Amino acid sequence: MRELSLHLLDIAENSISAKAKDITIEVIEDLRIDLLQLSVHDNGCGMPPEMAARVIDPFVTTRTTRKVGLGIPLLKEAAEMCNGSFELTSEVGIGTNILVKFQHSHIDRMPLGDITSTLLHLLVANPSVHWVFKYRFNDDEFLFDDEPVKAEIQDLPLSEPSILNCLREMLQSGIDGARALNVS
Amino acid sequence: MSTIKSLEDLKKAREEALKKRELKATSGTVQVIVGMGTCGIAAGARDTMKSILDTIEKDSINGVIVTQTGCIGLCEKEPIVQVVIGEAAKVTYGKVTPEVAKTILIEHVGNGKVVTDHVVNI
Repeated sequence: MRELSLHLLDIAENSISAKAKDITIEVIEDLRIDLLQLSVHDNGCGMPPEMAARVIDPFVTTRTTRKVGLGIPLLKEAAEMCNGSFELTSEVGIGTNILVKFQHSHIDRMPLGDITSTLLHLLVANPSVHWVFKYRFNDDEFLFDDEPVKAEIQDLPLSEPSILNCLREMLQSGIDGARALNVS
Repeated sequence: MSTIKSLEDLKKAREEALKKRELKATSGTVQVIVGMGTCGIAAGARDTMKSILDTIEKDSINGVIVTQTGCIGLCEKEPIVQVVIGEAAKVTYGKVTPEVAKTILIEHVGNGKVVTDHVVNI
């Protein structure tokens, strides 16, 4: 993967496969402590402790089409290459939480990339999931909770052109806004 | 950050969408499914999906439901896009770049002509 936003997309897809109804994605960029942090929290089916310990192995996967599952091992490696860390906690019937940290200024830290597209695509293609996105740049936070948004749209599909346009702008302007306040 | 102003924009967007749906004669639902397994994402599926959503937005294509699926076992053919129109059989396309995705939307979804060059058989 070339961007951290693609890793986020990949991990969120795991949450969807786990039949989560609530998925929260959080991105923190805190330059004061040289930290870039990603987290995905879901209330899907969860994993027993033995499985949770094994998923970092590329030859461990729940998919039946292939014998490898590279998403988590690659993300863990990406974090560790940047003085970072990877932490996964899970409980059957409760859900799974993945927390990944990177040294923000590390030369090998891949760019965050097009986070707006990642969030927009997850939102549009998985309308039955309740999505919450939090983005924080230093002290400035942007919070997007899809509940009031869906209440406003009601029965229309999220892929209607004018609605797509509006959703994309809501996400992009929120993220840009949090960043803009910090540009020196 | 408050999203109250944006919710008003959303209300307007909804009204606009409702008007367009009244005008359009629907010939069955259109479903476009984009493969979003790790293999798909690594092969560029997010850019493919972006192209699909951008084309829907810019060409004002109503009535298309876009969803995602996991790995279907054809990793070497990713990015994969499947199209289901009404009761017709699902058509699976492989190696769908953003340009090919746009062609699929215009030719297959818009004009009903399957883009045979890119079809893969599962």
